[in-house]
Amino acid sequence: MDFLFIAQQTLGATIGVNTVIFALAAIGLNMHFGYTGLLNFGQAGFLAVGAYSVAVSVETYGVPLFISFLIGILNSVIFALILGIPTLRLRADYLAIVTIAAAEIIRKVTRSATFNDVLGGSDGISGKFGKDFFDFNPFKSGLETSIIRFSANDLWVVIVGWTIVAIITFLMWVMVNSPWGRVLKAIREDEDAVRSLGKNVYLYKMQSLIIGGVIGSIAGFVYALSRQSVQPDNYSTALTFFTYTVLILGGAARVFSPIIGAMIFWFLIVFIEQMLRQAVTAGYIPEWLIGVNQVGQIRFMLMGLGLMLLMIFRPQGIFGDKKELALDARA
Amino acid sequence: MQERNNNSAEFFLNVELAPGSKKMDPILIADRVSRNFGGLTAVDVEHLEVQRGAITALIGPNGAGKTTFFNLLTGYDKPNHGEWSFNGKNLKDIPPYRVAKLGMVRTFQLTKALYRLTVIQNMALAAKDQKGESLLRSLFPFTWRKQETEIYLRSEEILKKFKLIDKKDDFAAALSGGQRKLLELARALMVEPELIMLDEPMAGVNPALKQSLLEHIKDLRAQGKTVLFVEHDMDMVMEISDWVVVMAQGKIIAEGPPKSIINNQEVITAYLGAHHDAELDENSESMASKNLKGGVNQ
Ligand SMILES: Nc1ncnc2c1ncn2[C@@H]1O[C@H](COP(=O)(O)OP(=O)(O)OP(=O)(O)O)[C@@H](O)[C@H]1O
Ligand SMILES: [Mg+2]
Repeated sequence: MDFLFIAQQTLGATIGVNTVIFALAAIGLNMHFGYTGLLNFGQAGFLAVGAYSVAVSVETYGVPLFISFLIGILNSVIFALILGIPTLRLRADYLAIVTIAAAEIIRKVTRSATFNDVLGGSDGISGKFGKDFFDFNPFKSGLETSIIRFSANDLWVVIVGWTIVAIITFLMWVMVNSPWGRVLKAIREDEDAVRSLGKNVYLYKMQSLIIGGVIGSIAGFVYALSRQSVQPDNYSTALTFFTYTVLILGGAARVFSPIIGAMIFWFLIVFIEQMLRQAVTAGYIPEWLIGVNQVGQIRFMLMGLGLMLLMIFRPQGIFGDKKELALDARA
Repeated sequence: MQERNNNSAEFFLNVELAPGSKKMDPILIADRVSRNFGGLTAVDVEHLEVQRGAITALIGPNGAGKTTFFNLLTGYDKPNHGEWSFNGKNLKDIPPYRVAKLGMVRTFQLTKALYRLTVIQNMALAAKDQKGESLLRSLFPFTWRKQETEIYLRSEEILKKFKLIDKKDDFAAALSGGQRKLLELARALMVEPELIMLDEPMAGVNPALKQSLLEHIKDLRAQGKTVLFVEHDMDMVMEISDWVVVMAQGKIIAEGPPKSIINNQEVITAYLGAHHDAELDENSESMASKNLKGGVNQ
């Protein structure tokens, strides 16, 4: 077994592009679910809105890339308003139903043959829509060391991506520790009590939905740019549930937990995959038990097992406060 | 204190002892407010005026419609018919948060402490007109830090009065039931209401704590605030209320000072049923005798 290769792959994944994307998606979801108690089951929809806004604006309509980011943010605000206006006055579960459905509608529309010319159908859009971004890449060659490797483009995406994660995390930290954040947390606990104290709960929930959604669409920008392509089925409900996994791994309602959660998530996925793959190839695991082609599925099974163990032995997540969870049960 | 009591009693000198009677200076007026749940008429209030600056008790048997009436007045529920106004402002279709902003703040029968906020955060949350509560300003702490410090100081002052200061950094969920009731009242005061509406503030509060709660409520009257409270604890009703309103089956059946209420035949019937037997008679007698003793003490 080539442990150096395993380490290289795993380390690359732990701080790589996918981790950035999942961290951003989970930061947005943390605003919704962790701080405000909004059950958004359509975070994938916000990523799709971001990703497609960029790809379609640039590739189909020839809009400059940096304008397309503004379009993406605007679209995600509109998406949040469409989701929020009818549901945020209702009980929490209505938002869950509407968001999961809306995200699926977006995916179905983007992959439908009817809009093939604009949205690219089930193949999505591939091209060079990230050109303006990569033109700024100061790295002429990639990173090539024995323990970590990035192509020149990936290196640029990762560096810009982590910078964005850092900025957004800092802003989140300021916001959730302000009186504004206090209102959100109070809404999570009991919105009727917050109303009785003279706060416009609906407005705060809408603001939270919009902000978390915009952060989700920024994750979508990174997703689209890093691959210079968008594919509808990347934005399925599985993406939303992975985002929840990331958030719960780290521990909800902590500013750093989405980052740590995303790192652990991708560390485990890639580490398990590489170990299994090499063990099977080297004959340590007999072929009749696990074939090379099954490794991809089995890593998710092990991941699920790991999550179950985490929920049993550390239900508050990595960063969460056990005391808070105990209180919850009492309440 | 005695003097205050006399003063607030003066409000009611010329008030008729009848349901829906006119008050000297009403802060809250409800007119023909009704609410049906299916076939059940939970609230059917012909007319009610609540005197400013006094402590008014709203009593009545279980299911009389007291909580539902509170919900209607504060915008948590919509009536089938009716109008009501606070300080002359019509409150129909005004959402709960605006009712609170207007200065009419309520608490809940089932206490609503915000569990995963600390006690002091519960308090600070309730302060009015916070700069840092705007999304944009929240990003610039220097615009709200000073106000936040003031809010914390005021919160701590009130917590001291309510003997919760030692708990200020604990999560609200770690408080006992009675302490949560105290916190809810303390928190409501942070809103600086003109009218405070308490739904069973004494439920589950031990006698020692009860006494201090009573003092706090009297204190509110001394500060010129109006209190309207729902309570089953007759001792409390007798001790602190200036005026008592009795509800049964959604209707207001009697109004008057505590002493007149306790001997009101209709009230006794409503509480004990039309065919009350000897044992219950004894109960009503003991209520009456308690009232008598109260009279002697004064
Ligand atoms: N949401 C509801 N749906 C149906 N019926 C309701 C609802 N809320 C209250 N009721 C009914 O309305 C009546 C009045 O209830 P309410 O809670 O106002 O009584 P209450 O006077 O506060 O009683 P208690 O002293 O026990 O708190 C009851 O008969 C109750 O069953
Ligand atoms: Mg009640």
